[in-house]
This record gives sequence, C-alpha cells and structure tokens, in this order.
Amino acid sequence: MYVAVKGGERAIDNAHAWLAEERRGDLSVAELSVAQIREQLSLAVNRVMVEGSLYDPDLAALAIKQARGDLIEAIFLIRAYRTTLPRFGASRPVDTAQMACDRRISATFKDAPGGQVLGPTFDYTHRLLDFKLAAEGAAPEAPSAAPQDGPVPHITGFLNREGLIQTEAASDDTPPDLTREPMELPAERPLRLQALSRGDEGFVLSLAYSTQRGYARNHAFVGELRIGAVAVEMDIPELGFAIEIGEITLTECETVNQFKGSKTEPPQFTRGYGLVFGQTERKAISMALVDRALRWKELGEDNQGAPAQDEEFVLMHCDNIQATGFLEHIKLPHYVDFQSELELVRKLRREAQDGAGAAPVQEAAE
Amino acid sequence: MTEYNFAYLDEQTKRMIRRAILKGLAVPGYQVPFASREMPMPYGWGTGGVQVSAATLVPEDRFKVIDQGADDTTNAVSIRKFFERTAGVETTEHTAEASVIQTRHRIPETPLSEDQILVYQVPIPEPLRFLEPRETETRKMHSLEEYGLMHVKLYEDISQHGAIATSYAYPVKVEGRYVMDPSPIPKFDNPKLSDCPAIQLFGAGREQRIYALPPYTRVVSLDFEDYPFEASKADHACDLCGAGDSYLDEVITDDQGGRIFVCSDTDYCRGRREAGHVGTQAQDAPMMTEARA
Repeated sequence: MYVAVKGGERAIDNAHAWLAEERRGDLSVAELSVAQIREQLSLAVNRVMVEGSLYDPDLAALAIKQARGDLIEAIFLIRAYRTTLPRFGASRPVDTAQMACDRRISATFKDAPGGQVLGPTFDYTHRLLDFKLAAEGAAPEAPSAAPQDGPVPHITGFLNREGLIQTEAASDDTPPDLTREPMELPAERPLRLQALSRGDEGFVLSLAYSTQRGYARNHAFVGELRIGAVAVEMDIPELGFAIEIGEITLTECETVNQFKGSKTEPPQFTRGYGLVFGQTERKAISMALVDRALRWKELGEDNQGAPAQDEEFVLMHCDNIQATGFLEHIKLPHYVDFQSELELVRKLRREAQDGAGAAPVQEAAE
Repeated sequence: MTEYNFAYLDEQTKRMIRRAILKGLAVPGYQVPFASREMPMPYGWGTGGVQVSAATLVPEDRFKVIDQGADDTTNAVSIRKFFERTAGVETTEHTAEASVIQTRHRIPETPLSEDQILVYQVPIPEPLRFLEPRETETRKMHSLEEYGLMHVKLYEDISQHGAIATSYAYPVKVEGRYVMDPSPIPKFDNPKLSDCPAIQLFGAGREQRIYALPPYTRVVSLDFEDYPFEASKADHACDLCGAGDSYLDEVITDDQGGRIFVCSDTDYCRGRREAGHVGTQAQDAPMMTEARA
C-alpha cells in the first residue's frame, strides 16, 4: 500500500521552531544582545552593511543574530528589508577628501601631508591566539593623542599635479541604480563600481588575486587607503540649500597602476577605485584591483581573456544573494524534470542496446 | 503583516512590473528586462513568479500555487502562505476555481480557461543560454532571429543519440518569431502552451526578465520534419487514479526495485479519485502522511 508524502505546513512550522531553538543554543549560556554584536563583531556588521547595501549597524547586527552568524544569510535579510524602504531622495556625493581619518596609509610615498596613520589594524599583529580573551578581563585601553589638524589631501592629487596620473573626468550625471533598473551591458563605470561595492567579498577578493598572479596583471600599488567618517549632505528643496543629515564611516582605496601607454593614452599612471561602508579594507582594495582590470577597453589595453577583465562574467556573478539563491534552489523538488530525464535515458539505453550509442548528457537540473 | 502593501510590493514597483508584463504580451516570447526586486525568499525559488503574481493579483482573486504539479510541496506551501499573509487573497487547490495560478515546472492537466492567468517561475529565461553564455550575444541573436545554433544543437543530438536529447525546458517558437524557453516543464506539457485560452506569464527574478504568451498564441516546439517533436511521459497509468493521459512521477516504494507511478498534478489525481476512478494501488487507507520536520 502506497502512502504519498505530504510536505505539510506543519513540517515547515516545526522546522522553523527547531531553527529558532538552535539559534538560541544552550540556555545556560547568556544570550547575545544586538548591541554586543554591533560593538564587538563590528567587522562582520560592516560586511553585512556593505553587501546588504544598507548603512545601519543595528539592523546589520540584528540580521547577524537572526542568521546565526551566517553572513550571507544576514546580507539577504538586509537586502529583503531594504526592498521595502521608501526612497526619499539622494544625498550629495560624499567628499572623502574631508574625511576624519582613523586610518590613512600610502604604499607609494614614505610620507605626505596628513601623514601615515596606522589606526586600528590587524596588519602587524602576530596571529597568535590570545587566550586571555577566553577569560573575561578588564577593558583594554589604548593611549590617546590629540587629533591631527589640517587637511588630509588625496595622495593621487600629488601625482596629478605633474600630470603623471590619468585624470578622471568629473561628472554631475546621476549614476544608474542597479537596485532600481535592470542591469544593462555594456555597463558604465559607475554601474560597475556599484556592483563591485555590493559584490561578494570572497568573489571580488579572488578575482583581484587572480590579476596579481598574472590573469590581466595591472601592477597595482595602494596609492592610498583611508578609513574614517564623512558627512552626508542632502539638498532640501524647501530650504534651498544642503544640510548634513548624518555621518557614515567609509573605507576608500585608490590604487596607482603602472601603465605603459596605448594607442590612445600616453604613458602615465592609472587608477583603480574602491569605496565601501565601514572598515572593510580587504574589500576596498579588491574592488580597486578589479575595477582597474575592467577598464581595459577605455584605456585601449589588450583583452587578455582574463576573468577579471570580463565585465559580463564579473557583474553577472559577483552578487552572493543571487548566487546562493540559485545554487541552493537545486535542493527544491525536481521530480518532474528528473522523471523526464529518467524516461529519456531509459529510451536511449533501449535504443543503444539495439545499435551503437552513448548515454545523453544534459545540463544540470534547473 | 499590515506594515506591508497589498501583495508585499509597493504600488510603484507593481506598476513597473505591469508595464513589463504588458510589453511582454504585446511582443509574445520576447524577454523584457525589468528591475527585479529583492524578495524575502531566495533568488531561484520563484522570486520572478512571485513578483509577477504580486503585480497581477487583486483582492478578488483566488490563488493557487503548484510546484512539480503539487499543491503540497514545501515551496508551494511557502509561496501560498506568503500571499495569504501579504495579500489576504483566497486560495484554492482546485485548478478550475483559481483565477491566478503560480507554477513551477508544470502546466495543470485540467484545461485552463479565458478568465485564468498562469504564472510560471523561470530559472534561466534564455533558451540559447547553454549554447552561448553571454547575454550581450544572445540578445543580438534574438534581434537578428539568428537561431541556427539551436537547430545545430538539436541536429547534433540526433546524430549522437538518434533522438533530441532534451526532455524538459524544450525550446519553442512563438508565433513564428521568438524562440522561447517554456521554463523547465517536461516536454509532455509543451503542446498545452499553444492556443491556450488563459494568459501565460513568465517571471525570472534573478535574471530580471519577464515574457508572456497572450491567449490563443501559436507555440511550436522546435523539431525536424523527419524527427518530429514528441510529447512523452512514463508508459504507465496512474496507480492511484488510473489516468492514462496525465504526467506521472515515479515513486520508489521499497528497496527491491518496487515502484509505482502517480499523477504529478495532485489536484487532477484527487479530482479523478473523488469521481470514482481507481488505480491499481489505490486502497481505502489514508492517502497522505505528513512530512516530518
């Protein structure tokens, strides 16, 4: 006697209840608060804000808690929430030259106006597990100094004075918004930068790494990496002028890339650009390298057929929410397509037994 | 869920989607780009269909969701629940009673009528995708009506296997113009696409495309004169309701090679059994058990 399985609502509800219980973990261990995540897992919070395309540390922390620490799942929660938000308008472009820098380093000049500021970095830590952190201890305290006075001009500005680096044309055009318009290819640089900025950190990192290993090598130096707070200003039509509506922390990376010149461009340095929310410098540097690789056409360079030069490949596959959704959907039932494949394979095998033939190959299930 | 608009999406977004749907209906089989939104379910799980349904539903609608032909598969349950919560529309499992039906991988066995809309979930809307991975190229091929590559693929199938080795997502030509992916329905369902009284809408969320077939559109499955298209299914009748004309799922019943065949369209099968039709395995014990979490 056959009894068909019914994937009932109760099964789903029970699965959700079990999930909630697992999320909480052992009840004898204190529950994490959203504020604890926001304050003590701030780099995870930053990544969720960058790839979720929403600057809100509290919501990002909540998403991380709800997602049990699965950052892609947390990014997904933020993206889905973001869809429901009304759009009041657009800010003015933020001025990163006015950034209050916590960190500012250049790999191209030993010193420059504004100085080198290491800031809170892992860079020179020895990666030894600190077992003191396993025990609760007193709050660590860092020595403090008065903030530096004076402007912190962009390093690339110095190169520009000699005409040694390619000038980026200023534009007041409204950039396209890939969350409001379907992606159209070929994409202009603003759209590419937008996609890279919210692209998966791992994917963008690996592509950048591939350029360093020779797949469209572009000889990048970190001209400057800066992290700090910038003011966000918005024009208020009723007032007739712009007011500051808040402050956000950004990481900006400008790479200086060697360039021998091409048919259309003189020998000069060129740039790659990365800009992301929060302290997310691995992503900012990766983004700059991939941005530079994607500019081959505009600079008259050769297409080496490298993955990082292939705009369609990069832009269509850098979004981890799209990628994970489609990847994981193969868990869904495919009885129907599979049944049609079963019938086909049986038929072809029958026919192959009569004569010569091979088993068919078709694309993976959709 | 009062904090969300009717059917979740805001009215601006719905208008944008409706414009894409209307364009799709005006140019049958043409893939219209649309600014797909991030939905609260994953890409690849029906976000295109969900957005098309959201833009199509009105409060008076009666909504049905099927996945693999069944109303009770987990993702169908999840999508139905989503619209129960966000749109508050009535839902049904009866094909004939539904005004909007969202489907994944099947066309219902019960013929559709003029007052119905069938919404397909589409994973890869581009029928040429696995022959040419670049969207920039395939769009050109469509605009130039350059479908030679597809015919070569079908021909190569025949020369290698003696038959066209495509059993689902079998490509079709719409009104003699656009080659279209019918979504991964089994080719058994292909003939139902053509001359259908209902509106058929296709939504691909991740790929940001919508396309459509207006009622009574001519849809032809690609083939050759000497290798004509053949809609195929398991050579059995349903073991529960005895139907010989419905698409069947094969179910393994023991580890001795035992298996039975049952209708993939659960509503069709239940309707037949209620009308007194009996297959070889149908006994009077309970028909369904609940899946465990």
